[in-house]
Amino acid sequence: MLRFILRRLLQMIGVIVVLSLLLFIWLRSLPGGTVSAMLGDRATPESTARLRHELGLDEPITVQYIRFVQRIVSGDFGISTGVLPGSDSLDIFLTRLPATIELAIFAMIIAIAAGIPLGYVAARRRGSALDNTSIVGSLIGVAVPVFFLAFLLKYIFALELGVLPVSGRQSGDIEATRVTGFFVLDGILTREWDAAWDAFLHLILPALALASIPFAVIFRITRASVLEVMEEDYVRTAESKGLSSRVIRGRHILRNALLPVVTTIGLQTGGLLAGAVLTERVFSYSGIGDALAVSFFLRDYAVLQVLILAAAVTFVVVNLFVDIAYAVIDPRIRTR
Amino acid sequence: MSDNPLKSHSDRRKQRIDDLAATAGDTARTDTVTTAGTVEEAPGVSLIASAWRRLRRNPVFIVGAVITLIFIILALISPWIAPHDPAAQPLLDKVRQGSNPVPGPEPGFPLGADPAGRDLLSRLLVGAQQTLYVGVVATVFGLVGGLTLGTLAGAFGGWVDSFVMRMVDVMLAIPSLLLAMSIAALAPRPSQMTLIIAIAIVQVPIFARLLRGSMLAVRGSDHVLAARALGVKRSAIVFRHILPNSLAPVIVQSTLVLATSIIDAAALSFLGLGNPDDRKPEWGQMLGASQHLIGDYPHLAFYPAACIIIVALGFTLMGESLREALDPKTRR
Repeated sequence: MLRFILRRLLQMIGVIVVLSLLLFIWLRSLPGGTVSAMLGDRATPESTARLRHELGLDEPITVQYIRFVQRIVSGDFGISTGVLPGSDSLDIFLTRLPATIELAIFAMIIAIAAGIPLGYVAARRRGSALDNTSIVGSLIGVAVPVFFLAFLLKYIFALELGVLPVSGRQSGDIEATRVTGFFVLDGILTREWDAAWDAFLHLILPALALASIPFAVIFRITRASVLEVMEEDYVRTAESKGLSSRVIRGRHILRNALLPVVTTIGLQTGGLLAGAVLTERVFSYSGIGDALAVSFFLRDYAVLQVLILAAAVTFVVVNLFVDIAYAVIDPRIRTR
Repeated sequence: MSDNPLKSHSDRRKQRIDDLAATAGDTARTDTVTTAGTVEEAPGVSLIASAWRRLRRNPVFIVGAVITLIFIILALISPWIAPHDPAAQPLLDKVRQGSNPVPGPEPGFPLGADPAGRDLLSRLLVGAQQTLYVGVVATVFGLVGGLTLGTLAGAFGGWVDSFVMRMVDVMLAIPSLLLAMSIAALAPRPSQMTLIIAIAIVQVPIFARLLRGSMLAVRGSDHVLAARALGVKRSAIVFRHILPNSLAPVIVQSTLVLATSIIDAAALSFLGLGNPDDRKPEWGQMLGASQHLIGDYPHLAFYPAACIIIVALGFTLMGESLREALDPKTRR
């Protein structure tokens, strides 16, 4: 087991080195590059040359790469030029991170609460109207652009019916105390119930939009997995032993079928960032997805660096944990 | 679809690709048996023939194929049936009068006009053409890139194979929309071509892995062994015997990729990384441009969005049922 984890860790380091190289090359080939982004219209040949020297851009590329890695390791990503001009890009990332985590958690709760029961029932009643409707529904869910779904929800519930807030994380007239940066949690901790409720209302629409794709995936995996498990010999054995169908459903089918679902959930959470970029943009929800969209648009390379690196590292680490979890569950994997 | 529970996410994505790839060997083998006609006890029904027989009766496939066909025909004939030039601004005067910045339906303009006074119906029709163009060109670029890499890996094996596949795996590990955004951001100024290239590059690893997998499956089949035994040149074996027989899953995948290309193009346009020149309308671009007006003029967003959803659904339904039909595991 230890050897397996060590091997996976080594592989992960390799992937991170490759990713950092790719990020470096990518940053270097961005149009205009850092210098013109920092100087903007005030660029003169002299100031450009001075800044190039200050930033070490006139040194050999290998030296630059090593410097780049050194700066990243020490947490120095540079000053934001577009998202929040003048502030440290790592700070921007850290203040906005809780917003996205909060949104992602709510979205996953919705996706799980809808996807697993529906997937289970669809599989149990294979070929029924419910099964076919939900399959077509999940296909449509994938075909609808996420940001359009967000627009649609915003239009119907916020603009037409006016039952939910249009955008942002909190209404302007609420004075909330900040503790953790998770607004709903903050409201509960400080017993400012109105603030918690208000933050919760702000979360509903973006979370619903963001949940659409993980919901479709969880639904399909649950359905496929339940169908597979229902064919297993041990289910037939349990049936022939005369166990009650409730025991079979709960202990034999659902428990075994949920294994792949649980891991899908973990991995879908890691992949939510792409959806968050679109959803947060529509609802002007100030999380890292919104920051990513804005920094792409305004070419704020300092913030882009942090965000892309964070996304890549999150992805690699989540993959590592999932692989280790698999190896714990299934010993066969360790020897592969 | 066999979802092995013991896979990580990127592995699962790989697995889906590999499952499809595995169908190639089967197609090839069944075909050889049929064309040779030596197996008398089996009523030589090729996989493709049996797949077609099942597809014809599959309502999902029919719906998908009809949507796709209508879309393609509309896209091809749209310049002739569009009532107006999509770039002309016949209703500009109305917009300028100020009271109503988005003119509603009126005789000759069944859906009204956009904020620049251009006929909305004509823009939707010509938009079909541009959307198809972006989707097809992006898919073809992705296909060519993927086929080149996949052929290299599948034909040479060894370190070429390892190197190409490691690159492909790293690319598959990055969420595709983020990758497309990052590539689109490299262009000094966004245009239709940068949009297409960004979407195409994201598809390259999918096609590469798929083709390599299916080439490996075909490489082990009897007709390749026979060709090798006859002393056929390696290049001829690869290009005449392996490659053509490995293409079926790649073609199936392209229909699915077309759907994601169209959706991704819309997402990139929405983020401001699409084509800024709106004289040639494209649905994703129309949808992105209408985002500020959705509160007052929702129809501006709903029409292009509905078109995208229907067409993406059409390609997906067709692709999924094709995949199912060609999968030997679901064959009865």
